[in-house]
Amino acid sequence: MDEVFIVGLGQTRVGEHWDRSLRELALEAAEAAQHDAAHLRPQLVVVANMAAARLSHQAHLGALVADFLGLTPAEALTVEAAGASGAVALRQAFLALRAGAADVALVVGVEKFTDQVGPEVESAAATTLDADYEAEHGMTPTAQAGLLMQLYQHTYQVPEGALGVFPMLAHRHAVGNPFAMFRRAISEAVYARAGKISDPLNLFDAAPYADGAAAVLLARASALPRPWPRPLVRIAGSAAATDALALHDREDLLDFAAARAAAQRALAQAGLTSAAEVDLLELFDAFSVYAALTLEALELAPRGRAWEKAQAGAFDLDGELPILTMGGLKARGHPGGATGVYQVVEAALQLRQQAGDNQVVGAQRALTLALGGPASTAVAHVLTREA
Amino acid sequence: MEVPRHWRLKKQRYALVGEVCPSCGAKLFPPRDVCPVCKAEAKTLYTFSGRGEVLAFTTVTQPPAEFADQAPYVVALVRLEEGPTLTAQLTDLGDETPYIGMPVEMVTRRLRTDQGERGVIVYGYKFRPRLQPAPA
Repeated sequence: MDEVFIVGLGQTRVGEHWDRSLRELALEAAEAAQHDAAHLRPQLVVVANMAAARLSHQAHLGALVADFLGLTPAEALTVEAAGASGAVALRQAFLALRAGAADVALVVGVEKFTDQVGPEVESAAATTLDADYEAEHGMTPTAQAGLLMQLYQHTYQVPEGALGVFPMLAHRHAVGNPFAMFRRAISEAVYARAGKISDPLNLFDAAPYADGAAAVLLARASALPRPWPRPLVRIAGSAAATDALALHDREDLLDFAAARAAAQRALAQAGLTSAAEVDLLELFDAFSVYAALTLEALELAPRGRAWEKAQAGAFDLDGELPILTMGGLKARGHPGGATGVYQVVEAALQLRQQAGDNQVVGAQRALTLALGGPASTAVAHVLTREA
Repeated sequence: MEVPRHWRLKKQRYALVGEVCPSCGAKLFPPRDVCPVCKAEAKTLYTFSGRGEVLAFTTVTQPPAEFADQAPYVVALVRLEEGPTLTAQLTDLGDETPYIGMPVEMVTRRLRTDQGERGVIVYGYKFRPRLQPAPA
């Protein structure tokens, strides 16, 4: 089977783009990716989005984006899997290329939260839960994370504020990312002072919903003009897994089993046996406790102890396994359906040695892990730098 | 207005009607027709007692639009004494601070109003601290 390479990368700055629409954001990211890829023309466009039907009254994004990008009559579709939408879209494009259904595919993740303000955004986010048995009772994604954080701290006797190590790390790393929403470090005191939004979870434990678009262009090896002018990044592993949608249906609430299942499969495809063998990990810190639970699911830290390893510097840019290397969801920002694509763009930049101040020295292999909800969907990709 | 949905869910919302698995005896709430334990078909109805305890709880201060008039409110995972766990709001707390392990019982309360003042009032289960019998 043909290998699949990531040949073009594009992203917009993440933030509040009041003056720009969904389609304009998608266009900026896609044009950047196509420019980066010597204008290879895709036959397939996979759009990732979480909430446009609700927030922008816009569905049918496949046709919208293909049309606005001038790519008709390319095949196009939209993929939705809550926060994992972008990663599922990448995987769908990857599978289509592997199956020989297209030679070149464009994956565009785009989210436009600021078409609405305040509680409407939380309503849209809550549609990703079990509508009949969670959302109808006032549950939100943030409240789910609040419950898990309380259980985590209670079960493992974690000191108050210890999980703040993850947002602090993310903010430190975002300083060097020109596309990040919050390019400033936060101190322990600032973290401790933040208001609780879903006790014990505070404002800095939650990644901000924001506008943004990211795009990657994929090509089958046989369709790639040689020599290719830029470093090539190969998708060496791709896998997805699910767990109970509703938090209350989980047997072990503090085990992100789907994250482990997806990562193990993707790593195995790449000939690896452990997440510890990659050079960097872009994980899904929608909430601080999700970073901890993901690291523990991947067996990169003992259960209940990921925060201790983080405090010791294990996950810093110069640590044993750097995570959130461009600021993660917390500080780069969390543009919903685009987030999974941002993770891949950032990991690919690292492998191409184009991560600027945040470059992980000698990065050859990266693992990206996107989550929909509390790992109700988990999608893992292993990317490798080709010589 | 989502009248069909509210109507369809009335047994669950008003009476905690779930299911019991005829092959392994597992009690299921919410109902899911296939037993998650033994994977057998489980469509036999089972009415829960409504007694349980708080497994975890949190106070929502950034509510969805549908719940904006109720915030802050407390959402909890409640483990029913028959086994399963469900999501519900805690209510009638008065001066009591919830805690992990707090005994609670189901009551029927207004969940929200569907479509504003002229809309349907959606009733359903919430849980309050379990009442103790008065001393004789």
